[in-house]
Amino acid sequence: MEGLIFLIPAMPLAGFFINLFFGRFLPKRVVGWLATALVGVSFVIALTEYFHLLSLTSAARALAPNLFTWFAVGHLSIHFGAYLDPLSSVMILFVTGVATLIHAYSIGYMDHDPRFRTFFVYLNLFVFSMLVLVLANNFVVAFLGWEGVGACSYWLISFWFDRDSAASAGKKAFIINRIGDFGYMLGMFLLFEVAKSLNYTSVFGNIASSAAHGGHPFISGPQATAIALLLFVGAAGKSAQIPLFVWLVDAMEGPTPVSALIHAATMVTAGVYLMARVAPIIHLSSNAGTVIAIVGAATAFVAATAATAQNDIKKVLAYSTVSQLGYMFLGIGSGAYVAAIFLMITHAFYKALLFLGAGSVIHSLGDEQDIKKMGALYKLMPITGFTFIIAWLSIAGLPPFSGFFSKGDVLLAAYSKSPILWAVGAITAILTAYYMGREVYLVFFGSPRYREALTNHDGHGAHSEPHESPKVMTVPLIILAIASILAGVMNLGISSSTDFLTNWLMPVFGKAQANLTFGGGTKVILEVGDIVFALLGIFIATRAWSKTASNPSLEVGFLKKGWQIDHLFDSVFARGSSGLAIELNEIVDNEVIDGAVNGSGRLIGALGGSLRGIQSGYVRSYALIISFGVVLILGFVITRAGL
Amino acid sequence: MSNVLEVLVILPAVGALLIALLPKEVRGRLVVPITGAISIAEAILAIVLAVNFKAGVASYQYVSSYSWISSFGISWKLGVDGISIFLVLLTALIFPIAYIGAKERANAQSFAAWMLLLEAACMGSFMSLDLFAFFVTFELTLIPTYFLIGSWGYEKSGAAAIKFFIYTFLGSALLLVGMLALVFIHSAQTGVTTFDIAALAKTSLSSGTEKWLFLAFTAAFAVKAPIFPFHTWSPDAYRQAPTSGVIVLAAIMAKLGTYGILRFDFTLFPHAVVSFGPLLLTLAVIGIIYGGIVAAGERDIKRMLAYSSLSHMGFIILGFFALSREGVAGGVLQMINHGIYTAALFLLVGFLFAATGAIDMDRLGGLQSKAPVMAGIFTLFVMASIGLPGLSGFVGEFLILIGSFSTHRWWAVVAAFGVVISAVYMLWSYQRIFHGKPSEPDLIPESRPIEIKKGQILVLAPLIVIVVALGLYPRPILDRITPSVNALISHVNAANVSPNAIGVIVQKGKG
Repeated sequence: MEGLIFLIPAMPLAGFFINLFFGRFLPKRVVGWLATALVGVSFVIALTEYFHLLSLTSAARALAPNLFTWFAVGHLSIHFGAYLDPLSSVMILFVTGVATLIHAYSIGYMDHDPRFRTFFVYLNLFVFSMLVLVLANNFVVAFLGWEGVGACSYWLISFWFDRDSAASAGKKAFIINRIGDFGYMLGMFLLFEVAKSLNYTSVFGNIASSAAHGGHPFISGPQATAIALLLFVGAAGKSAQIPLFVWLVDAMEGPTPVSALIHAATMVTAGVYLMARVAPIIHLSSNAGTVIAIVGAATAFVAATAATAQNDIKKVLAYSTVSQLGYMFLGIGSGAYVAAIFLMITHAFYKALLFLGAGSVIHSLGDEQDIKKMGALYKLMPITGFTFIIAWLSIAGLPPFSGFFSKGDVLLAAYSKSPILWAVGAITAILTAYYMGREVYLVFFGSPRYREALTNHDGHGAHSEPHESPKVMTVPLIILAIASILAGVMNLGISSSTDFLTNWLMPVFGKAQANLTFGGGTKVILEVGDIVFALLGIFIATRAWSKTASNPSLEVGFLKKGWQIDHLFDSVFARGSSGLAIELNEIVDNEVIDGAVNGSGRLIGALGGSLRGIQSGYVRSYALIISFGVVLILGFVITRAGL
Repeated sequence: MSNVLEVLVILPAVGALLIALLPKEVRGRLVVPITGAISIAEAILAIVLAVNFKAGVASYQYVSSYSWISSFGISWKLGVDGISIFLVLLTALIFPIAYIGAKERANAQSFAAWMLLLEAACMGSFMSLDLFAFFVTFELTLIPTYFLIGSWGYEKSGAAAIKFFIYTFLGSALLLVGMLALVFIHSAQTGVTTFDIAALAKTSLSSGTEKWLFLAFTAAFAVKAPIFPFHTWSPDAYRQAPTSGVIVLAAIMAKLGTYGILRFDFTLFPHAVVSFGPLLLTLAVIGIIYGGIVAAGERDIKRMLAYSSLSHMGFIILGFFALSREGVAGGVLQMINHGIYTAALFLLVGFLFAATGAIDMDRLGGLQSKAPVMAGIFTLFVMASIGLPGLSGFVGEFLILIGSFSTHRWWAVVAAFGVVISAVYMLWSYQRIFHGKPSEPDLIPESRPIEIKKGQILVLAPLIVIVVALGLYPRPILDRITPSVNALISHVNAANVSPNAIGVIVQKGKG
């Protein structure tokens, strides 16, 4: 069974190579379905691995097969190897599952694109990298996957590269992720210095055994804080947290399936996964969790407010994703690792559903993305509309949809960490139900405002009327909708015997997982509160947006600009430093260094007149004189040697 | 196989002579086949040597030694260890690629002769175990390079060639003085005049003398690499040199500088290496950051790559002076990696110039739609150069940074930020060239194909294979590099533990 683990990433890798080299000889359909089927096979293998783990005792649920040694120097020895434990098994299941659906959807969505084949080449490479990230048995191989998904994200965001905005957005995503990677790398270096290894089994094994034996901890508190926070910088880049979230909104320039797969369901959750992975290290630190929770809560709130003022159907979803990722980090920082992973999975379902639904709308309106130019589409696109509403209710956190259970768990943990964090999370919950409600009403209800869009865009042939998308696109919507409703079953929070996800993941997190105990009816009150917040948000959205498409007082410009953080980045870093870059060598190279050299040259020239020849351009003769000089020295030495 | 290294030097040298003497009637037909055959034969021989090179051994292999000028103790002594074997291999691989890929047509005969002579000189420099022989071959690289830049270069190549010559020659003058001084001191101490590196390593030097000698040697190598602030010749030279010339300059001759530091400074002046460590580390880090920032502002592709090289050379020097096993081994590996992807990038720029006539990014743009394959290959090497894991570039950079982090933390932290800057200038340049829409629609006529040709892909193919292979499986190389690196570090450490007895010499490092 252990060897089979490597087949999971190998499948999409095979798809990448086949379509890269032979794709242009294959019919389009074959390219698309081959890419989809191979990811599907990965899902099936992941499923068998899950059942294999299930058959083992909970202590034995950690397989770490090695493939080969990547490099080894000094004390450092890095192996290409996999680490399959309950956490990574859950991750590969939902990654391959969601990826299969989105691959299938893309066959329909990208049908008219001239670079259809290239798209699937990138998409398969992305899934491969993501699986490497998740399945790695050490920080360096995980970094290979980590940077790999970043590169694929760059290629896919700038997929329509002839648009300057798309090309710039891809570049921006990669560069800001690199700032995060700078933190990831320093975190690794420090961990290696302290732990003398970067292998999960070794690092976490040593932490566990030193904790069991008492005495000197394997990693001291301050060291753990530094390592955890440096890795968190990486996580904040990848998972778009303050202040590194600016790239994710621009990333919407990519094709919508890419937004769904990479920028909602999978890649952006990699940071959350990394933090869950290093839970034992965060646990050793007294402050790292608090910092992570504060950044998470702040991001959740800021992004949710920004989402309320967007008019681009995908930008609402982009800010929403940033906000939901903030919730996940709030969970991580509060020690509720299971809740964070739970939210990650349910969010993957309903956010992928929202993006694919948005894609379905964009597709049928001839690439229109402005929700002010939509409206009344429910009757024309019933499947898209109905599934979109399910996703709305799910993200809003209304029972019995999955979002209620997962977000509820995060808020409970936040409350036990600090009521202030809980309050920020609660306000965000109201905002979430509200901004998604606004989008639902503006897109699917009210008056039809899409006529103009349809006449303006003549890109995809003549669309006389918006239409429901083909089956290859709606079937994934239906499957994701069912998953969004039912995924809550994983962890109902009613009794410990039905908390499957908690029971499954507890051996991974152990003592790091916060143990929540609430006195009296606190837990019930908080849960009822969750329902009230959701209803409140839905109510406000209905009041404000069900009848009208214009409500300027609710669309604040400052929020529309995402709190001006992007602007700040642009003016300070991008423009400021490019000016510096252009000026720098003029000054340092030409004036200072060459100036000094020329100055001393002139000095010598003035003294001896010997360099005048060079400056007046007798280059070759000068070169010859020097060559002659070398020969002369050689000759002198040789004669002295008496040969 | 005892004289096999001589063949590596003599074959191209004789080839150069042969080409130069070719009679007029047959020149047109024979120059290219002969040069190609010689450089490929050289590459095959180097591959055989590298494959048969014993792993896990620190000492020199394939050593051969002839007395040359016996009264001065000058000998012709060649040998390779784990550090130099791959530089020899790199040289042998890059020369045919540069020669065949660049296809210089004007005055083909002298071009081929200079290229072969340059190859012989580079080979000699990387293999000489005698300081005098090293100096001669090291200097000999200057003349062919000067003519390659000056006669086959771009519009302002004359001035660039002089600048290159003056800077490197001034450095060499210091090297010559330092070398002679060391030999005289050794001679005075032992009564034996010798240029043998192993023997000279045993010279007992006063701290002040060692420092001066270190500076003299290092100046020559710092210009060649280049290390900040000795780099100002390189953007001009790289910009004006013809494609083949710039490939050799950046991929191979830059390594003469870094190799010189490791081979001679570390062996001969182990105390000074430690005491000047912070200075060199600081210059390295300035080079990384400064080179990256300036590269981001350059609109000329070749000048951008020149400053990028300055930045990469900084990483290599950082690894060396980190004086940890990971750092030095990473630095050596990075010399190879940098050679591979720099050669590929400059070659691609050459192809691009041949197809479009532009080298200024502002005049290009939108090329990816007309030349997707070229764009794909370009991306691959861009990613390798910015250290994407899985491609060559990452492992070296990673080893350098992790190796310097524990010994010289703050230098490593600042240097690590270089990975952000490298993404900035590389992706920015890529966008300007390949993304968006053409900025000068009239630059390329609709009818002219600019896509890379099959033959060009074939020339690049070995580099593509290596860049992936080294990224995923650098072990065969690292296993051969590390014993020699470990021995060198032990030598430096031993010298610094007991200042008066420089005991362990490189050749006798533990095996």
